[in-house]
Amino acid sequence: MAEIFTAEEWTAIALSLRVACVAVVASLPLGIAVALLLARGRFPGRTLLSAVVHLPLVMPPVVTGFLLLLAFGRKGPVGAFLDEHFGIVLAFRWTGAALACAVMGFPLMVRAIALSIEAIDTRLEQAASTLGAGRIAVFLTVTLPLALPGILAGTVLSFARALGEFGATITFVSNIPGETQTIPSAIYSLIQTPGGDGAALRLTAMSVAISLGALLVSEAIARRARREEAR
Amino acid sequence: MNLVVDIGKRLGGFDLAVRFEQTGRVTALYGPSGSGKTTIVNCVAGLVRPDRGRIALGEIVLFDADAGIDLAPHRRRVGYVFQDARLFPHLSVRANLSYGGWFRRGAPVADFAGIVDLLGIGPLLDRRPRDLSGGEKQRVAIGRALLAHPRLLLMDEPLAALDRGRRAEILPYLERLADGMTLPILYVSHAIEEVARLADQGVIIEAGKIVADGPIDRVFAREGRDHAIGGILSARVIATDADGVTALAHADGRLYVPRLLKPVGSEVRVVIRARDIALVLGEPGIISIRNRLAALVTSLAEDGDEIAVTLDVAGTPLVARVTRGGARELGLAPGVAVTALIKAVALEER
Repeated sequence: MAEIFTAEEWTAIALSLRVACVAVVASLPLGIAVALLLARGRFPGRTLLSAVVHLPLVMPPVVTGFLLLLAFGRKGPVGAFLDEHFGIVLAFRWTGAALACAVMGFPLMVRAIALSIEAIDTRLEQAASTLGAGRIAVFLTVTLPLALPGILAGTVLSFARALGEFGATITFVSNIPGETQTIPSAIYSLIQTPGGDGAALRLTAMSVAISLGALLVSEAIARRARREEAR
Repeated sequence: MNLVVDIGKRLGGFDLAVRFEQTGRVTALYGPSGSGKTTIVNCVAGLVRPDRGRIALGEIVLFDADAGIDLAPHRRRVGYVFQDARLFPHLSVRANLSYGGWFRRGAPVADFAGIVDLLGIGPLLDRRPRDLSGGEKQRVAIGRALLAHPRLLLMDEPLAALDRGRRAEILPYLERLADGMTLPILYVSHAIEEVARLADQGVIIEAGKIVADGPIDRVFAREGRDHAIGGILSARVIATDADGVTALAHADGRLYVPRLLKPVGSEVRVVIRARDIALVLGEPGIISIRNRLAALVTSLAEDGDEIAVTLDVAGTPLVARVTRGGARELGLAPGVAVTALIKAVALEER
């Protein structure tokens, strides 16, 4: 299979996978925390938080990317702070691509997890507390395991979204081969290049294969969860 | 380790105000649905916060509104068996049983093997809760609560969600539990036969208030009660004859019940409904009712169109309901000796 793709194409594929994995893994703890807040929290500003979390779902990706650039660019307030104190630069780096993917996938992840947390019978958590489990122990031994189907579904959705992310990424971190050129960016560049159609087609096939794989995994998880419930 | 509850709680238009002390090993909170029984046990468990008052278990204060004490549920060491088992669906039966042990150390009420044996759940250990019947689930839930090192066990209508057959399956286990352990139990129920069989103290609750509190064989015959239940009598099994009738001995007479699978000499409690008692003067002659108890009238009370006659049957109070005419013809008055004929005796079937 190595001969099918050129070194440049492999770089784009590997980068896409790396960016998607980092985006999902890094955003998962925050995703669970926000889902918990939205599903269980009763506080002023809950609706506002929900709206902000879901914004990337409805805004044009270019707008999200531009906002990220404004905030996390070298001159942006957050970007300048990170650069100055931690030496972390996100703009035009693959880590920035991961940030863009994480932001775009976040609403999907939070939604799936929040739904599964809402479905948990809180009386089970009460039972756990009468058996001696404190709040953190209840969360780790009852809430989290029961929300697992939603967490897995949210992870797969966010991963798939990250692989397909284009608009916000290209706006925020541009299209630098080997640094920020993911599969969609590479396909976009190849289409613009005379004679690049063959390579674009090969990457498209790879993209379809990866997406299909993610969908199958997500289906398998959902089926398993349904079977567990039905029994 | 006596439980003392003295709390008040307002829930919408419903006002709960109760004060009782657990004197027996198994105390029954008895009353109709919606009378506030579950709210009381939820307060004891720490799942509901009372508006005022105090809850103490021996020296340990669980809740004291004035002192600002409100122990979190997981620090109370109060076992709770819910009406709907509430087993953890993602854990095996074995993991459900040992769940409490993950958080609490110290001497258990009973060891794992002992509890599993007592409740007969050995064959279920590797199954998931979804593969269990209602009765099996409830047995596992009882075991789970017992293995979490409780100082008190709360049981909120543990049999109410089960059909007759399943109830009959679990009751013997509960009886063994009540007899075999030193752990105090607070048992919520609106089923009189269950209460009679398991409890030794009865606290009767109506609309958020305690209307009677005392030993189980006396509490139901107290004045001012809705006299549907005449009383509870303790009796000893004598023998079962060829016709399948078991004879029970009571200090003031004999009772006959359908075949009872209990060893001779064992003590049982029978529930007698007030309308199932007929009174006669002297010997009744030849009639079909074989349950006869010698009794003394202690008091009479008007109760709607009827008269509630409180009797003394070898020291145990029993209330009979008779018509005004009937009471007049018999010349019933305190001190009159009568024979109480009991048309039906209720026992929780097995």
